[in-house]
Amino acid sequence: MELKVYKKIDKIKFGVLSPKQIKKMASAKIITPELYDKEGYPVDGGLMDIRMGVIDPGLRCKTCGGKLKECPGHFGYMELARPVLHIKFIGIILDLLRNTCRDCGRILIPDDKRKLYLSQLKKADEQGGLFLRRKRIKNIVSSLKTIKKCPHCKSKQKKIVLEKPTTFIEDEERLSPIEIRIRLEKIIDKDLKFFGINPDAFRPEWAVLKVFLIPPVTMRPSITLESGERSEDDLTHKLGDIVRINQRLFENINAGAPEIIIGDLWDLLQYHITTFFDNNVPQLPPARHRSGQELKTLTGRIKGKEGRIRRNVVGKRVNFSARTVISPDPNLMINEVGVPMEIAMKITVPERVNEWNMAFMKEHIQRGSKNYPGANYIIRSDGKRKKITEETKEQILEEIEPGFVVERHLKNGDIALFNRQPSLHRMSMMCHKVRLLPGKTLRLNPAVCPPYNADFDGDEMNLHIPQRQEAMAEAEILMEVQTQLISPRYGLSIIGCDQDAIAGNYLLTQEDFSLPRDEAVDLLMEIGIEDFSGLPDRNIIKGNEIFSCILPKDFSFKGYAKNYMPGKPENEQPQGAIVEIKKGKLIRGVLDKSNLGVGKGLLLRNIHNNYGSAKSIKLLGQIHRLGIKVLTKYGFSVKISDTDMNEETKKEVKRLIDNAYEEVDRLIDKFEKGEIKSLPGRNKRETLEISILKLLNDTRNKIGEKVIEMTDRNSGTMTMILSGARGNLLNIAQMAACVGQQALRGNRIKKGYEDRTLSIFKRKDLRAEARGFIKNSFKTGLEPHELFFMTMTGRDAQMDTALRTPKSGYLYRRLANALQDLKVEYDFTVRDSGKKIVQFNYGEDGMDVSKSEGGRLNVREIIDSFEE
Amino acid sequence: MEQALKNTLKKYETKLPGKIIEEIETNIPAGYSKIKFEKLMEKIYAEYKKTLTDPGEFVGLIGAESIGEPGTQMTLNTFHFAGVAEMNVTTGLPRLIEVLDARKTIKTKMMDIYLEKPYSNGENIEKIISSLKETKMGYLVDEINIDISEGKLDVLLNNKRMEELDLDIEKIFKKCSNKIRSFKCKKDKDSNIIIFELKSKSSSLNKLYDAKEKIKEIYIKGVKSIKQVLPVKEGNEYKIVTSGTNLPSVLKLDFIDKTRTRSNDIYEIRDILGIEAARQVIIDEVMKVIEQQGLNVDIRHIMLVADTICVSGKIQGITRYGIVKEKLSVLARASFETPLKHLFNASMMGEEDPLYSVIENIMINQYIPGGTGLPGLITEIHTKNTKTKKSKSQNKKKAKNSKK
Repeated sequence: MELKVYKKIDKIKFGVLSPKQIKKMASAKIITPELYDKEGYPVDGGLMDIRMGVIDPGLRCKTCGGKLKECPGHFGYMELARPVLHIKFIGIILDLLRNTCRDCGRILIPDDKRKLYLSQLKKADEQGGLFLRRKRIKNIVSSLKTIKKCPHCKSKQKKIVLEKPTTFIEDEERLSPIEIRIRLEKIIDKDLKFFGINPDAFRPEWAVLKVFLIPPVTMRPSITLESGERSEDDLTHKLGDIVRINQRLFENINAGAPEIIIGDLWDLLQYHITTFFDNNVPQLPPARHRSGQELKTLTGRIKGKEGRIRRNVVGKRVNFSARTVISPDPNLMINEVGVPMEIAMKITVPERVNEWNMAFMKEHIQRGSKNYPGANYIIRSDGKRKKITEETKEQILEEIEPGFVVERHLKNGDIALFNRQPSLHRMSMMCHKVRLLPGKTLRLNPAVCPPYNADFDGDEMNLHIPQRQEAMAEAEILMEVQTQLISPRYGLSIIGCDQDAIAGNYLLTQEDFSLPRDEAVDLLMEIGIEDFSGLPDRNIIKGNEIFSCILPKDFSFKGYAKNYMPGKPENEQPQGAIVEIKKGKLIRGVLDKSNLGVGKGLLLRNIHNNYGSAKSIKLLGQIHRLGIKVLTKYGFSVKISDTDMNEETKKEVKRLIDNAYEEVDRLIDKFEKGEIKSLPGRNKRETLEISILKLLNDTRNKIGEKVIEMTDRNSGTMTMILSGARGNLLNIAQMAACVGQQALRGNRIKKGYEDRTLSIFKRKDLRAEARGFIKNSFKTGLEPHELFFMTMTGRDAQMDTALRTPKSGYLYRRLANALQDLKVEYDFTVRDSGKKIVQFNYGEDGMDVSKSEGGRLNVREIIDSFEE
Repeated sequence: MEQALKNTLKKYETKLPGKIIEEIETNIPAGYSKIKFEKLMEKIYAEYKKTLTDPGEFVGLIGAESIGEPGTQMTLNTFHFAGVAEMNVTTGLPRLIEVLDARKTIKTKMMDIYLEKPYSNGENIEKIISSLKETKMGYLVDEINIDISEGKLDVLLNNKRMEELDLDIEKIFKKCSNKIRSFKCKKDKDSNIIIFELKSKSSSLNKLYDAKEKIKEIYIKGVKSIKQVLPVKEGNEYKIVTSGTNLPSVLKLDFIDKTRTRSNDIYEIRDILGIEAARQVIIDEVMKVIEQQGLNVDIRHIMLVADTICVSGKIQGITRYGIVKEKLSVLARASFETPLKHLFNASMMGEEDPLYSVIENIMINQYIPGGTGLPGLITEIHTKNTKTKKSKSQNKKKAKNSKK
């Protein structure tokens, strides 16, 4: 087998093409604006000359002999009848003309002061780069007062202004590009260095074009429309204009036409060449199609998000990828992805044939591309790719030998990368093992939703299959789900239980939860546990005993549940607040969000610490499934009566609201009489608003407390809230008793009509209900005016998200761009790409957050475990 | 802790970060023998080494992710109250952008002033407040009468407000005189009036009106540019929160705790306390925003960002004019914003791109020098034997992949 030798690019040097180089590298001289002759064959010396590459199937390039897609394209050139300025170099031309002598071409700084200023300029370079450097030269020259008189040849200097975009005026007189070129030629290399120009890479006279480089045909291909008509690329159109005008200019000069006509044509040529480079020059009308659409020329092609650099050079397209809708499947392992058959038979994995797998691979080929598990292509040792079809099958089977590569269908256990956009962090693309499933969606375990931020309301995700052993190994070792359990953002688990799983485990580990033995065994079987020796020898099994079966036998842990009150002694803690696991047995405590949840998950973090990622992902899968199975087996539901209030509470709530209304009225009264004492830095009106807002919010909180007091803690709604699965106490108060004050930008609502929010209120009504207080609950239903207030805040929230996304996206892009090449070196310093030290030790202690526990090393636990 | 153990601990001082040493000291139970303690230290050291960052890890990108991702969850347009209901402070995404951009002018400048011992208990707090707040003439004035015919302005002062601030007409007059050009200043003690008279009567009417506005802006008392002052009780002590900053003048006052008093203006801190202090302010401000939003981001990521902003000794924001401009690689700069500008400048200077960092290598389809692409293999190359020629080229490839 042939060994490929790859060359590595060591560095890239930038420079400007000189006219000589242009002529040397060009393979065709373009002389006519015609494109094709009558037969539709490219004209010699035209813009589609086949010496510049081919874009038609069947033709061969005259320069390299390559066919379509083989020939990379070659440049052409054109002699310009008169020199023309390059729009992108206008700035530097102006600087050079202003700061050099119009006669001798020397810089307007005397020789004896050169050294002094050079060091000054170097500083400017460091501070603000090239731009500041040029500005500084201008300042130096004007401060030396040599602007009027050359210090070298003593000739008088004139003032030069640039009339945008491309006209230079010297004392009312226009400088022609010819004159400019002559002056630029006179500048000596030594002086150019002063301007930060490297004379080896760029001579200023090259900025005045005499020879024009024509890009290859392959970068401006024409499209053949359905009607058989050809539609040329924007660049070809523009080039056609340039060539045409250039020819006319030539003819007119040769015919000795009057100066005015030549001047006009010259300006036109300047315009066309300018717009060829950049069609978005200020002060210049952009060149347009006949339809009125603006042409997209060179600058437009390169720039911006859709431009060449960000679209094609930094971003790349891939093969062997799939995308569809996702749906959940809790029966999958957390590190698996369910792949539909359609995808599995289209995307392939290359497998090299050797003597041991020969028979196995032959079976795949025998089955072909239509039967699963088959193969779609083989690649012979010489690199030729062959499709496996009914016809070619026999022959391929005969000639197959070690060294061939078979591209076989996807199978269970293959490595895949799974991704959901926006890919905001590294957990947005993780490695999963393929699992073939019936159906047409990609399936994932709901426990991995949080890192992807995925839900199933129509989300789509991407699947990539790495094609080389190296890539597969890297994906598996570095990117598999279990390696990403701990977020590098805060050092706690990012994959944990969510919603159902939390509620289920919460119910399971309640003190009074128990099951007959056979049902407990059922439950454990369903989550894949077959060892029941952990269960006590009783007919009734308690919930925590079932949970203990999952845990490793030597695991000990002490933690706190969600309702733990810090600062209180243990015996005053609410029931289940202290979670204790000893030797693999859950002794006491309720498992809820603070031990199993995403971003908290202290129990999970501990398991990960002690048993490693492989074990903890397995455990997490079991805990997750256990929670869901508990719910599916024993039922879980919320009902409207969960939010019913009893008579007593109803009265209490009404009293609270009435009190608040009265209090607000009193405040308004005080305000109107001017008795209100204003807070420092606020006027009386603002003070009133602040105190009313505070009062009403307090009222709602009090109502919330009352509601919670009376609600049945065992109801579905409360279970969800207390376990941390979904919802919070405010939600239930809003459903049951009172929605409360609607705040817009931190204030009560005051927008709307003149001096009032809605037309049903009197003018200057400051009462609670006239300014966005909703006293009804969601269940009793809102009054019309209350609904309006609600929609106002709702709309504000929507707007907020709509405005935030692009803003934070841009911040993120800038951050990523600024920090992307900071990395830890072998000496543990953090350096940038120029090897400049940014930190001597990453984060001052060198710790990797994703290997830490919430950003620290848990010394306490090490000591404790050492004790044992 | 016993002396013997302390000696053991001392050996680890250079090996372990101070925070961990401290934690060991506070958590170690009594009655550890020296041998046992040494073993424990070995274990802790081993555990610490396990948590170290791997060489080649792109910590910068992880930091960017860790700040960028929660950025999408932050709220916009939230004005938060800085502990007191009376003052609004920008927080959330706008403030985060402000800090990371290293904007020179920020939306809400503020200071936290801590006080020295007797005052921090609330002693004389009212007096301190009134001495801090900037008072301008406009606050003390009841009315200004313009006398066109005489070319003079009569400024009537408010007695109550003067008393409130412990001022009298004498003091105010001193501050006023000669503050406004081409005006003479006189006082009328009995009627509480300060008169501004045009020196030359011929001047235009406009000048009088201009002067009226200028009079209102005359600085009388307090610390300049401190617009609002509020006392806040923090634990057992009082601190003072101000809107508007003027650290240089505040630090000169004798009743403040100079070690803790801080401003939220990065540039002001940089000018007075130096770049290291500015770095700390960046970290504090970003952390404050993130915590207020109820998000959780490790401080290491923020430290890294703050360090990148401050490495060069000046403050450079994360913008196309800041850090990105400083990059060594032409292609990396071009891939960010304004690509053509960078390419043309590079070509004029004949710049070389050494392809040391990530994005250029992605552009030209090469391994990036980091992560698993960082290590390379260098082996001896045999030149004579033709059979090993193949391996030579292979080695060459790998050798080239490796860095010098």
